[in-house]
Amino acid sequence: MKGYFRYFGGKMVWLLITFIFAFLLNFILPRLMPGDPVAVITQRVTQGMQSQAGIQAVYEEYQELFGTNKPMLTQFLLYIKNVVQGDFGTSFSQYPRPVADILGSSIWWTVMLQLPAILVGWLIGNLLGVLAAYLRGGYDKVAMPLSIFVSSLPAFGMAIILLVIFAVQLKWLPTSGGYDVSMFPNWSWPFIWSVFVHYQLPFWSIVLIIIGGQAIGMRSMAIYELNADYVKFSRFMGIKDRVIIRYVFRNAMLPQITGLALAVGTIVGGALVAEIIFSYPGLGTTILSAVRNQDYPLISAATLIITLMVLIATFTIEILYGFIDPRIKAAQSD
Amino acid sequence: MKHTLQQVFRSPRFVIGFSIFMFIVLTVIVYPLIVRAEPLEIIGQGTFFPPGIYVNVYDSMDSPEYILHLDDAAAKRIANKLNDEDRQAIKEWLAGYGIPENEIDIQDTEKLLDQWVNNYDPTEKIPGMTNARRNYFIRLDKSLYGILATEGATVAAINPETDVLEEIDSVAQTDYVNISQVPNVRVLPLGTDNFGRDVLTELVSAIGISLIIGLVAGLIATSIGLILGLAAGYIGGLVDDVVMFFTNIFTVIPSFVLLILISFSISQEQRGAVTIAVVIGFTSWVWTARAVRAQVISLRNRDHVNLSKLSGHSTTRIILVSVLPYIASYVIMALILQISSAILAEAGLSILGLGPRTTEVPTLGLMMNWAMIYQAPALGKWWAYFPVLLVIALIAFSLNLMNTGLDQVFNPALRE
Repeated sequence: MKGYFRYFGGKMVWLLITFIFAFLLNFILPRLMPGDPVAVITQRVTQGMQSQAGIQAVYEEYQELFGTNKPMLTQFLLYIKNVVQGDFGTSFSQYPRPVADILGSSIWWTVMLQLPAILVGWLIGNLLGVLAAYLRGGYDKVAMPLSIFVSSLPAFGMAIILLVIFAVQLKWLPTSGGYDVSMFPNWSWPFIWSVFVHYQLPFWSIVLIIIGGQAIGMRSMAIYELNADYVKFSRFMGIKDRVIIRYVFRNAMLPQITGLALAVGTIVGGALVAEIIFSYPGLGTTILSAVRNQDYPLISAATLIITLMVLIATFTIEILYGFIDPRIKAAQSD
Repeated sequence: MKHTLQQVFRSPRFVIGFSIFMFIVLTVIVYPLIVRAEPLEIIGQGTFFPPGIYVNVYDSMDSPEYILHLDDAAAKRIANKLNDEDRQAIKEWLAGYGIPENEIDIQDTEKLLDQWVNNYDPTEKIPGMTNARRNYFIRLDKSLYGILATEGATVAAINPETDVLEEIDSVAQTDYVNISQVPNVRVLPLGTDNFGRDVLTELVSAIGISLIIGLVAGLIATSIGLILGLAAGYIGGLVDDVVMFFTNIFTVIPSFVLLILISFSISQEQRGAVTIAVVIGFTSWVWTARAVRAQVISLRNRDHVNLSKLSGHSTTRIILVSVLPYIASYVIMALILQISSAILAEAGLSILGLGPRTTEVPTLGLMMNWAMIYQAPALGKWWAYFPVLLVIALIAFSLNLMNTGLDQVFNPALRE
């Protein structure tokens, strides 16, 4: 057990350090930029305003709101205090709704969409990758270039293609939103059905992209494994291919799990943009409207939440990896 | 070197990817030499003109007329004004009006129109018909006026001296003009966008800018990654610890988030295409640094490196002569991937509204952003978004294909 604790402890420490760093960046980056962000925001808000005194008043109001007139350290302590209390300030664009409230509703849409999509895409992609490596030949020749092409598409590209085919042309599925606009969220069957129908296109556009990328990676991994000595030896021993392929899958899967842990941030970023195409009520669409409305507190909080989500996902994958990888399992018994 | 290049160009994947990429690059270079038009010039008054050849109507009246007797001209003219949907609608109206359905034949144009003209009354209220539908029929009725006429049309203009409308020309239904004799013809192979700009010209210019963004971002990211990777891998010790500390942190913090934060903080005026490229470059070096470090560590204790060390060569020289050539293929592959992902990153940022400022140059992401804001997919204006999407996919596809081709050459295990 000692080995496991050390492994988890190490990962945990890294998670904390990374989060603190991300937190710092979230605070510092906008303040590091050349120029005064408050001035920029004031300038945007006061476009068309003539009176100098009015502009000055708006500027001072924003300065007070962000606390940029206080020293950096005070600002930082204030920021920490607010975030710990779950207070991300008030949204500009949906005033007086608190930012925490807006994010609280959109975050679940994103988690419920992306988590299953990433898992399903990863699983199907890896199975296809092993098949491609095992069969080589015709299947491989068709599937590989196709996978490369699909994974070359950005997630929003796949989203637009699916949108045009299935929603605009065939009219099988709705074009936008998370549920029918005429309904209010409740637990009735028609509403659940509406959510399910709206779920399909965003879900599959993310899944398809991930399948492409994972299949390519898994194929290379599996080819390496298929050439390994243990495979040749097993073949000489007359062990059935079906059994061998199971071992190959397990061994080739390990680097793929690490790969997933490293790629989760990129995947989430792409999927957020795909959400926008469908106006899915998740974080992507929230960020888009925040950008359009210059809603600074909302953007800052949303990026922090996304970072935290990605960190937790990465951490979870690494913990799972600890249970699966026999090398770490062996370390545990020491 | 020559041998390596030969090997690389024997890989079918690399060659296909390289050809597609070169085709795109050549298009960007050659197109502006042939079509001299400002990419962002607004030429169309209105949004989303469909692709096609636009012939000046005024000029074609003055162009020499040729008389052609074509049998199907009348049928085509009618079909253009009265499509199947309209015929079905007419049937619906007539049936609602009280004409027995077996007397209505939507294929018999003459009889159908005859029935329509004799019976249609805009004030008539058909039960169960919405107002919008009623307006549709009023429009349809107007558009059908004179559809079966066989005589030509008269062109008249006001005589400036007498202020009287005078006939200056008449156009028969059999008159044709030769398109090459009409002075003003504009070919818009991909129509116009939401601002009324020529999509093809804009697209070619956007490809160029996006490729530059990709190249700048890729070079920056690869340089940073290479330097950090070399330092961490070769020097090791404290340098390695520090570099790996930051690399590990930035691997987990999504670069997408950093991009949003930084781009949002840069004011609109300063947010040029190159600035965006630099920002993308500075947020995406992590992968290269990790990969280079791993490669260098495996090289560090090889005999030829040790020999070079024993000979008293300087660290710079050892890195340049004994390390770099061995990881060159790896670095080039990383660069190719960086270029492709930078182009995609710019597109993603632009869709969020955080791309380069919109007034100066088009980029692939900005074109995508405009098409999305003006709802081109939902309106069925495919020419405004599909070519852009296809180009993005083709650029990324060709680069990835080149990359896997190189991978096959340098990783013998992957060879077929």
